[in-house]
Amino acid sequence: MKRAIDFGLPLLAIAGIVVGEIMGLWIAPAERHMGDVYRIIYVHVPAAWVALLSFLIAAAASFTFLFKTSWAADALAEAAGELGVLFGTVAYILGAIWGKGTWGVWWTPDPKLTAMAILVFGFAGYIALRNLTEEPERRAAWSAVVAIILAAGIPIVWFAVRWWGGLHQNQSTRDSMNVFMGATLGINVLAFTLLFVWFLRMRYRVAKAKIDEELSEPPEQELA
Amino acid sequence: MTSSFAERRPASLVAGVRAVINKDLLLEWRSRARVNATIFFAFLTLLLFLFAVGPDTHIMAQSAAGYLWLAVLLSSVLSLGESFRMEAENAALEGLRLLPVDPKAMFLGKAIANTLFLFLLAVILVPVTVAMCGVEVQGSLMHGVAILFLGAAAISAPGTLYAAIASQVRARDVLLPLLLFPVLIPAIIGAVKATKLLFAGDPMGDLGRWTALLIFFNATYWLLCLLLFGRVVEE
Amino acid sequence: MVVQLNNVSKRYGRRWALVQLTFAIPEKSSVLLTGGNGAGKTTLLRMLATSLKSTRGEVRIFDKLSGVDNDLIRPRLALVTHDSHLYDDLSAEENLSLVGHFLPWVDMRRMGDILERVGLAPRRASAVRGFSAGMRRRLCMGRMLLVEPELVLLDEPFGQLDPPGVALVEEIIREVQQKQVTLVMSTHDVERGEALCDHHLHLKSGRVLRAVEPLGEPGEATRIAQELEARGGWH
Repeated sequence: MKRAIDFGLPLLAIAGIVVGEIMGLWIAPAERHMGDVYRIIYVHVPAAWVALLSFLIAAAASFTFLFKTSWAADALAEAAGELGVLFGTVAYILGAIWGKGTWGVWWTPDPKLTAMAILVFGFAGYIALRNLTEEPERRAAWSAVVAIILAAGIPIVWFAVRWWGGLHQNQSTRDSMNVFMGATLGINVLAFTLLFVWFLRMRYRVAKAKIDEELSEPPEQELA
Repeated sequence: MTSSFAERRPASLVAGVRAVINKDLLLEWRSRARVNATIFFAFLTLLLFLFAVGPDTHIMAQSAAGYLWLAVLLSSVLSLGESFRMEAENAALEGLRLLPVDPKAMFLGKAIANTLFLFLLAVILVPVTVAMCGVEVQGSLMHGVAILFLGAAAISAPGTLYAAIASQVRARDVLLPLLLFPVLIPAIIGAVKATKLLFAGDPMGDLGRWTALLIFFNATYWLLCLLLFGRVVEE
Repeated sequence: MVVQLNNVSKRYGRRWALVQLTFAIPEKSSVLLTGGNGAGKTTLLRMLATSLKSTRGEVRIFDKLSGVDNDLIRPRLALVTHDSHLYDDLSAEENLSLVGHFLPWVDMRRMGDILERVGLAPRRASAVRGFSAGMRRRLCMGRMLLVEPELVLLDEPFGQLDPPGVALVEEIIREVQQKQVTLVMSTHDVERGEALCDHHLHLKSGRVLRAVEPLGEPGEATRIAQELEARGGWH
């Protein structure tokens, strides 16, 4: 079963992305208002979704660690925190390009963009803290505290930026998207999620192996 | 033995908090040369922002609130770091833990002392900002004091927690702002917006909403950091 | 048993500082802790003080689990180590007063006598920053006397002291022993330590080579420590 997942997951994810992007970049029609620029959402939206999912997993795993001292949760938080920064950065850069193409600006004080920026930078600090702390107990507890504090801030960020004003962007342009576009986006989101699960499993194994090694019994030696 | 060990009850939370505040304020008073230097650093930061935007008084007046809070924020990294440097020196924090001092008292005491210092700093900076940027203040004094206090408290709660972590890590000087600034973004937005409305007038009646945001931020983070601080100092 | 360790290991980064320690320390005994530099003596003492958590294994102090019931353990012990736990900008008196602010049961009227006792009365109001290492050590011993612990942990109590200081610390140790406390002390001055202790614990490279065993004839600890160090292995 485990072997089947190890082989099947990457194949399925990559196949899904190939199909999804071919549909998105060539088959799907151009959007009425934005033209071809909109096609970036077939990568941007899945990447942003996966980043958000990843940060949520990191926060939930951190919470679990603090209450149960589960080292598996610590390893999962490490893996998810890193992948969140990776996918978040991708989503962020693509979002900026999209924004330039549609609104003529690279960045606007949009709640989603700002919240994502805070999470990406916040979790960059999280990774730095983990790398700078050697003792496993301290590393796990401190980074869990950092992840929980970041997650707790999201609702506040949301309201702060909503009220902040600036270019108020509509919740996507649902009326101008046809069924085929929706299906294409759905396939891409699914494929990216599979890709993420594959990455997460791999990264988790590395993190868990490192923790297990750190917490293993010290070597027993006899007197020479 | 003058007292049996079963009778050894720790000090109440309020007494503990008061003792930590007194200790921190006394230490700040003793190292006032350093405190003064931090205040001058804040002034200098403010001045640098003004040089960076050029001599256009209109722009300066418009962005005055932003400069004020950035100067406070940048100086806070120094004062927060200092408040745990003196605990790290001679491992005094370990001494407090082993006495034992309740981590909740430690957090509240240090965060309140940090809030008082940052509030004082903001209060000193306001007249200078107003004068240099040519702002004609519209808001009331009471509102102004409340916003400055809420802003200082908002920086101090996560600031105290993160300074405690950073003081025990190798790259403490870079780690503290890296951890702290992202979390503070909504608080800085709120404080800057509210201050701006006090400076330039509030025709739309938006001040209440930004004050509420700051209060909510403070409530969330003071509670959360209070609960988490024990895990930070005990590991 | 005041102290019980069950298969306790402690890891720092990639290095194991303590490896599978299992021993117990009976009530009211005085344990001499010997071992070369880097043998893990300080790590062990800080672990007995509940300041450090073990990476593996269970530490029980006063039959309570370290890391779980720290609040019940800590009021009953005192640790004197290289890190003085003092605030450099506070005076000798202010540093001792802190104890009273956090621990209501401590009789602070004794502070004057204690400062007299450790020879710091003339310098009671001077900032600790100007104190020599020996004076700091005297002040730490004074603070230990003030809290009247049941378990006393001393890390190199004779280090950095002048001959009168050494005599003073010896006298203080004998005095607290009269009060039926349990004592664990590490020292390189094995002969002097042996005269004060009735049990011996030897560490080498983080391993126990001699678990807490009663000392017999004078000079026994010195001889055994030398023998154990001369044997090969574990470098």
